[in-house]
Amino acid sequence: MSVPNSGEKTELPPPKTQVGVIGWLRANLFNGWFNTLLTLIAGYILISTVPPLIDWLFLDAVWGMVDPEVCKQAEGACWTFIREKYRLILFGTYPFNEQWRPLVGVLLLLTVVGFSCNRRFWHPWLGAVWLATLLIYLMLLGGGVLGLTPVRTELWGGLPLTLLLAVVGIVVAFPLSILLALGRRSNMPIVKSICIGYIELVRGVPLITLLFMASFMLPLFMPTGVSIDALLRAQVAIIIFVSSYLAEVIRGGLQALPKGQYEGAESLGLTYWQTQRKIILPQALKISIPPIVNTYLGMFKDTSLVAIVSLTDLLLATRQAFADPEWRSFFVEGYVFIAIIYWCFCFFMSKYSQHLERVLDTGHKR
Amino acid sequence: MRRTKWFAAATVAAFVGAAGVAQAGDTFDSVMERGTVRCGVNTGLAGFSIADDQGNWTGLDVDYCRAVAAAVVGDSDKVEFVPLSAQQRFTALQSGEVDVLSRNTTWTLTRDVSLGIHFAGINFYDGQGFMVPADLGVDSAKQLDGAEVCVQTGTTTELNLADYFRAQNMSFKPVVFEGFEESLSAFFAGRCQVYTTDKSGLAAIKSVDAPNPDDYKILPETISKEPLGPSVRRGDDAWFAIAKWVLIALVQAEESGITSDNIDDMKANSDNPMVKRVLGASGDMGEKLGLDPEWAYRAIKQMGNYGEMYDRNVGMESPLGLDRGLNAQWTDGGLMYAPPIR
Repeated sequence: MSVPNSGEKTELPPPKTQVGVIGWLRANLFNGWFNTLLTLIAGYILISTVPPLIDWLFLDAVWGMVDPEVCKQAEGACWTFIREKYRLILFGTYPFNEQWRPLVGVLLLLTVVGFSCNRRFWHPWLGAVWLATLLIYLMLLGGGVLGLTPVRTELWGGLPLTLLLAVVGIVVAFPLSILLALGRRSNMPIVKSICIGYIELVRGVPLITLLFMASFMLPLFMPTGVSIDALLRAQVAIIIFVSSYLAEVIRGGLQALPKGQYEGAESLGLTYWQTQRKIILPQALKISIPPIVNTYLGMFKDTSLVAIVSLTDLLLATRQAFADPEWRSFFVEGYVFIAIIYWCFCFFMSKYSQHLERVLDTGHKR
Repeated sequence: MRRTKWFAAATVAAFVGAAGVAQAGDTFDSVMERGTVRCGVNTGLAGFSIADDQGNWTGLDVDYCRAVAAAVVGDSDKVEFVPLSAQQRFTALQSGEVDVLSRNTTWTLTRDVSLGIHFAGINFYDGQGFMVPADLGVDSAKQLDGAEVCVQTGTTTELNLADYFRAQNMSFKPVVFEGFEESLSAFFAGRCQVYTTDKSGLAAIKSVDAPNPDDYKILPETISKEPLGPSVRRGDDAWFAIAKWVLIALVQAEESGITSDNIDDMKANSDNPMVKRVLGASGDMGEKLGLDPEWAYRAIKQMGNYGEMYDRNVGMESPLGLDRGLNAQWTDGGLMYAPPIR
């Protein structure tokens, strides 16, 4: 007895060219002549750049403590330069024997930043913790208390200075920009025009202009002999600049809220500030997270502009390191080193903002 | 909201607290009161002012500041160095942020007359020149018509270059760079045939940076004069005199053979009237300057004479390895000539 033909066919596996590695390649890299061309070009570029780069960075690089002359003979990067100068790069001209102080300060600051990122700690006392942290940071760097040798701000440098400018800039500019954004949407004509004037004036000039004004013009207007610290002037210029940009970002968030939110709050009898604090700002700020972080990333990197007004930030400290005639041909290594540092901080900020968007995403998912 | 405002205020207050307010008035008095000389230096120029591995400032310009501090305050370490960019330097001096500007600054009429500063002398004679690869087959700058010239932007170097080629009725193609190191590596990579900067810089580049020094040569023409020297604020003649005569004393010390090693011996035993006046063993030179008799003794003892400073920072004992050239004593055919201390 033969099995009657049930009409079913055995399922054949898909053709070999559609699955596995080949299938994936065909679907993703070689579907159509245009994508094939792009793949080939991209492949060529990768092959011709990546291996030499790895050779330069790692395989042919010099890692040991050797003479600059030995380094010059090498094909690859000279990381000896970084090993020789890392303290100058990281701490600038801060007194050598006191460099544990900025180190402790930076670690403390990063710790506080780290745990501020966790929502469990978002309580009113966090503000006090921040205030205390920044005061301790300034005390550690500046000295003059608890038996610490005083260190003038001109000597502050490197990473601690960059972080100080960035963190204080972020922390102070944020509330200021909220006030500016609310002010710009206010019905009170004077408040409104002041905010518009401030924002448009500051946004209309480059940061460099503000820094130049603060560093070169301001001292000439001051009474003879009275001078404001150069670091403070640059810090204020950065805060002024960032807050005007951030105000517009937050205003964008405010405008995205439907009118019903305001009307609902009014019908509940909330005052203006209650409305802003409980209804409007939580939603508006949540919407604005990506552009806010964008502004902060830009600002973090813009702190390097203070090098132009001779504050020894990470960039200028690196330049000082390769001003040494024996090592000056290794400036690329110096730039690569600080690029990695900048990248780490920016990558962290960007990842954290994505995380924040996820955990705060309550009901607006599209 | 309230908390954040307090926070901002506290931050600013902390800064101001750390900053303090500079003292007004007479430079000498405020230096004595502070106990330190505030000195504006370059943010990083090999041989003149550069931070070493430990962040200490060294260099010819830096050593001059230390000598002033030794003469006035008594200790060559009593200096607060303020690194300044080229654009910032004169403002910093005018506004009183620094007492002395010792930042490889060229003495020109405009700067001396209209910027509210006085040049106290010249501590380095320089001039702009050209460097070419030896195999270019060029012996004179006059053969450089149409050349591509690597130059650092935003400096007088760039202006001098344009002036020179215009005066010679030649054309050139500038290849400009913002950073010194970038411009150098472009030259050695062959992006341009000619490199131009001050001759002291060229000599250092040839010996320190060139893959093989014999492959490059410096052309004989000097196309600009660059007398570099320290300057002080206008309107304080007493301080101006101190800045000027400390420099002169360092140069005179070299001419008289006083070094940091033999100075005690010279002070005790020398019969030379000039040496005795410089070291305060006779005369009242210090008193005339408003200082004590041992002002120059301390400066020379702690920092060495001009020649020692030169050798240590830019001369044969340094990586730059410059010869004395125009900066030799007048008795050796150079331009260093100290007016008499009497």
